[in-house]
Amino acid sequence: MSSLSKPSRRNFMKLAATASGGLFLGFSWTSSVASALEVVSDTAIAAGEIEFNSFLALSPDGIVTIFSPNPELGQNIKTSFPMIVAEELDADWTKVKVVQAPLDTNKFERQVTGGSGAVPHSWDRLRTAGATARHMLMEAAAKRWKVSASTLTTDNGMVVHQATGRKLSYGDLATEASKVPVPKDVKLKDPKNFKLIGTAVRNVDNHEMITGKPLYGMDVYKEGMLFAMIQRPKAFGMKLKSVDAAAAKAMPGIVDVVTFKSNVAVVGKSTWQVNKARKALKLEYEEDAPLESSTDHDRIFKELLDSPDATVHRKDGDVAAAFQKAAKVIKSEYQCPFLPHSPMEPMNFFAHVRLDGVELAGPTQTPERARSEVAKLLNIAPEKVTVELTRLGGGFGRRLSADYVVEAAELSSIIKAPVKVIWTREDDMTGGTYRPAVRYRFEAALDAKGNMIGYKLRGVGMSSGNPTREDNFPSGSVDNLLIDSVEHKSPITTGPWRAPITNFLAFAEQSFLDEVAQAAGKDPVQFRLELLAKAKKAPVGEIKYDIDRMKGVIDLAVEKSGWGRKKGVAQGFSVYFSHRSYVAQVGEVAVKNNVPVVTKVYAACDCGMVVNLSGAYQQVKGGIVDGLGHAMYSNLTFKNGAPDQKNFNNYRLIRLKEVPEVDVYFVNNGINPTGLGEPALPPTGGAVANAIYKATGKRLRNQPFIEQAELKTV
Amino acid sequence: MATYKLQINGRSYEADVEADTPLLWVLRDNLGLVGTKYGCGIAQCGACTVHVNGDAVRSCVYPVSAVGTSKVTTIEGLSENGDHPVQLAWNEVDVAQCGYCQAGQIMAATALLNKNPNPTQEEIDNTMNGNICRCGTYHRIREAVALAANKSK
Repeated sequence: MSSLSKPSRRNFMKLAATASGGLFLGFSWTSSVASALEVVSDTAIAAGEIEFNSFLALSPDGIVTIFSPNPELGQNIKTSFPMIVAEELDADWTKVKVVQAPLDTNKFERQVTGGSGAVPHSWDRLRTAGATARHMLMEAAAKRWKVSASTLTTDNGMVVHQATGRKLSYGDLATEASKVPVPKDVKLKDPKNFKLIGTAVRNVDNHEMITGKPLYGMDVYKEGMLFAMIQRPKAFGMKLKSVDAAAAKAMPGIVDVVTFKSNVAVVGKSTWQVNKARKALKLEYEEDAPLESSTDHDRIFKELLDSPDATVHRKDGDVAAAFQKAAKVIKSEYQCPFLPHSPMEPMNFFAHVRLDGVELAGPTQTPERARSEVAKLLNIAPEKVTVELTRLGGGFGRRLSADYVVEAAELSSIIKAPVKVIWTREDDMTGGTYRPAVRYRFEAALDAKGNMIGYKLRGVGMSSGNPTREDNFPSGSVDNLLIDSVEHKSPITTGPWRAPITNFLAFAEQSFLDEVAQAAGKDPVQFRLELLAKAKKAPVGEIKYDIDRMKGVIDLAVEKSGWGRKKGVAQGFSVYFSHRSYVAQVGEVAVKNNVPVVTKVYAACDCGMVVNLSGAYQQVKGGIVDGLGHAMYSNLTFKNGAPDQKNFNNYRLIRLKEVPEVDVYFVNNGINPTGLGEPALPPTGGAVANAIYKATGKRLRNQPFIEQAELKTV
Repeated sequence: MATYKLQINGRSYEADVEADTPLLWVLRDNLGLVGTKYGCGIAQCGACTVHVNGDAVRSCVYPVSAVGTSKVTTIEGLSENGDHPVQLAWNEVDVAQCGYCQAGQIMAATALLNKNPNPTQEEIDNTMNGNICRCGTYHRIREAVALAANKSK
């Protein structure tokens, strides 16, 4: 595990030693201007005189090393980031080495995986870094050949003098290039000339993953490390009353049993020994908050939907008047359950709290939060805490919380030893920070011509915050609109879950719009296009989505799926804007043995320029599988504060046979990348449910679909 | 505690553990073979799949005392350089997203192909349906198994 346990400084020093005399570029993460670039000597790196925010290093043997700052959880950032640098550098991709950087807030900013924002945020910075290095290499070659740099070009890690056919490799020029003054305002490539960006490049960690090398937090094994599992309260609303650990302590391999807050930690010499001993704990709990059941939530939802005390998020025109004069009113409610994130790698973290500092290692989407919360807990300066980033075996938002990191640090501080805290699947599924359970009520008012003249949305949720996206479509296209929400504070903990809020809201909204189109006697796509045309021509209030980009993906989805032209196939439509990108989807459903089967999903995406085609397809297909699987199968219910489902035997995740064919298309509009980690997920539920309606006449309004009476009676 | 002599990836190992310790945790905690992953602990997800005498088994519920003289193969034993046909296919198709489940997927696919070098689509689906991928790489898993079958010919 030595590769996972080196602090940053040693990595840099090692690099400096092996790449003596090479070109090191520090480029500012906070600014995309070239003036922030500087060349430093390897001795400066070794001496720690580094003021820069990140590094691109080119060694005399031609190896380009790029430090990737963001946590990698499958979104493929560790491959996409260096591709952007290598494109502008015109590097030989086979010579690019990617190193996962540890948390370093002096060198990097936004070391976060969340919000589909890494590429949009770093696009210009990464390009400028690559272009600057390329420019310096050309200057160095010009000097050696005594020609003007303007007569030179670059190709695949070589500087080329076209007139004479001479070539020099980047490695040959690295030392001389390091003496060239850093240029300002280097010219970036015209995207038309991109050779690497937009192609399919394989994951840089493929070899390690397919040969079983240690990569993940679970794979951290350090000298003298102990293993621990923690018994947390078995229900939300319970706290620890008494502990009898005598039997557990007497079991083989057990070093200690310690109690902190409502946690009882069993510490020992191996995972299996602590897992066994934990079952021998005799614990008593008492209630300190209401023990809620799903039946309580259903009742609370109904109360909140009629509550007079809602928080208004957006109000346009006069909704009451619109509904009063409506020729037709459509009203529907949609509900989803709590969901655990279920990353395949359960929560875990390594912590070693020493007198001189704290060492943390493991899977986190927000290393800085992990550090600051641990520093706060231990009442020490954040600088005393190091965070080593492992690859994440999935995240889906769960690892945006730092509870499992803080817990490991607290335990280490008590037992004064290095320890890895491991969550079992049951711990992971019952341990909270779920996607909140939410219910929506939609109301639409149509005039005699079938125009939507009024629209109301109320979202109510369990510790959901505001479960609406009040400025999303169709806001801006309806004259009279009211969007509000009411929240129930539940002891059950909630947090962001891939495409927060929109992972269910998009399904509800896109299904409801289908219902309204039906009531208006309009084709669902035509209905949406009319609303968009209205928003463009006579916008109501502020519009925070790009009407043309949304129309662009609608048009592409219609074209590719044969919408309205395909005979004998039940299709459903959905389109959604989330984060910064737009995705339209068409689902196809066939009824086989009285069961609706999703046979195909078409996806038309506008995420701006695609960086890595292989990764982009993965994000879209994976997002669709994720969206379909959770809409169709997954359910977490509660009885007296405890989840009924504790593992994959009765909590259902989608499997290979349940996956439809998926066709993915990208709009090619040349705009800078706008992110793709989440936006393909939200539209799927609606596209599928609308297709199921087409095929069966049954309107699914609650998730998971598989448990709804409508689906059982097809 | 007892000492178990194990034949893994063509090598001999010894582990001093309790009889009921699952093979998974012996591999990971005692022998440093961490390529085999923990996902659920109840044989539902397949992340811990290894071969025992060529059969795909769930090592999270396979007690070390049941291994005996059987030959165990883990992801590390497929090939050192990643040049086993299934590994090659997994790289070529670029299957992984987070990658955590993929060792188990690869071991399940390999066991299938060892017994049935020319599986039908249905046979591939039936086998691979046992392994969960939370990132949803199922399309590429299908593609990679078919490609590996071709490579093995």
